[in-house]
Amino acid sequence: MSGIAAGPAILGVGAYRPATRLTNADLEATLDTSDEWITRRTGISERRVAGPDDTLVAMGIDAGGKALAAAGVLPSEVDLVIAVSCTAQAPIPGIGPRIASGLGIPAAGSFDLNAGCAGFCYGVAAAADFVRSGSARRVLVVASERLTDWVDKSDRGMAILFGDAAGAALVGVPDGAADAASDGVPASIGPVAWGSDGGAYNAIEIRERETGEKFMEMEGSAVFRWATTQLVPVALTACERAGVLPSELSAIVLHQANLRITESIARSLGAPQAILARDIVDAGNTSAASVPLALSRLIEEGQVGSGDAILLFAFGAGLTYAGQVIRLP
Amino acid sequence: MSQQEILAGLAEIVNEIAGIPVGEVELDKSFIDDLDLDSLTMVEVATSAEDKFGVRIPDENLKDLKFVRDAVDFIEKAGVAA
Repeated sequence: MSGIAAGPAILGVGAYRPATRLTNADLEATLDTSDEWITRRTGISERRVAGPDDTLVAMGIDAGGKALAAAGVLPSEVDLVIAVSCTAQAPIPGIGPRIASGLGIPAAGSFDLNAGCAGFCYGVAAAADFVRSGSARRVLVVASERLTDWVDKSDRGMAILFGDAAGAALVGVPDGAADAASDGVPASIGPVAWGSDGGAYNAIEIRERETGEKFMEMEGSAVFRWATTQLVPVALTACERAGVLPSELSAIVLHQANLRITESIARSLGAPQAILARDIVDAGNTSAASVPLALSRLIEEGQVGSGDAILLFAFGAGLTYAGQVIRLP
Repeated sequence: MSQQEILAGLAEIVNEIAGIPVGEVELDKSFIDDLDLDSLTMVEVATSAEDKFGVRIPDENLKDLKFVRDAVDFIEKAGVAA
């Protein structure tokens, strides 16, 4: 990296987990299912469910505020807020401007981004490029999701999987990055590897029932096969573009879709030394919020630190997928 | 490839993925009821079988492969067609 000007990095991460827990035992009481069945198929033990006050905006403000605090950045120093979500009840208005206002970020640029469960990695890629181009100095990427609004609670294939949460990251050039780069591996956000397959749009979609109710439905086997076979080369491309070998990764943070999927992809990547994020065990699948949520836990627990190469990779409805290798300051 | 060879190869895959002893993977066993595999494990078995035998096992066909014999027959026919 020597000779390259200091570039953008993730300067701080924050997460919001709603207080209400929905355990496998709770689900046993309402569905024809069991803890053993759920754990074996998904790896999930419990998920968090948003309460009435846990709106997408409120959860986003909480996570965003924590990311700013972790980065040591004032709201007034942020000039773009990208709100990532695929579970908003209404397309108008977007949630980004309200999250920005709620955080006291004055007149920031703001827009919403929907790339299904892959949205956070798209948001980080966009944020990094806005900073590189000079369009923005500091960008807050906030992913906020309420999957439980869109899941039929009597659908035992779906209700066991999903939870609600928000996660955020502040992207900017670290202070003193030019000096730090000379004596260590500089913090960075590597080039994104991404793609989509609109031909398979109906593998994960919200469908209207005859009752008029709308619920998310998923072709589980098809998504499992797609994720565990087609996406591995893309994740490897993200490593290659960052100049990082899989054997050099400190951690792998995949979209927390299903522990079986993440463990299968991780095995195929050939990075047995890397810590694999397993936040899904007590958060469930929180769509675009899952990557920042899992990343924030790894940081909080001290499992990753300065200079570590971390693969972020997410995939989902669209179908869409995106990932990049980051190094923390 | 003979039916016996396909069975042996399939048994190796099921053993690798689900830890089921090779000898238990017999033609008249049901994947779900007898061998205790679930639908996601079946996808893993199918993708491994695709690599091993050079065939395609689409999801719509996979749903019909209830018994080990069904899978062996499918791979045999798909192999001939390929």
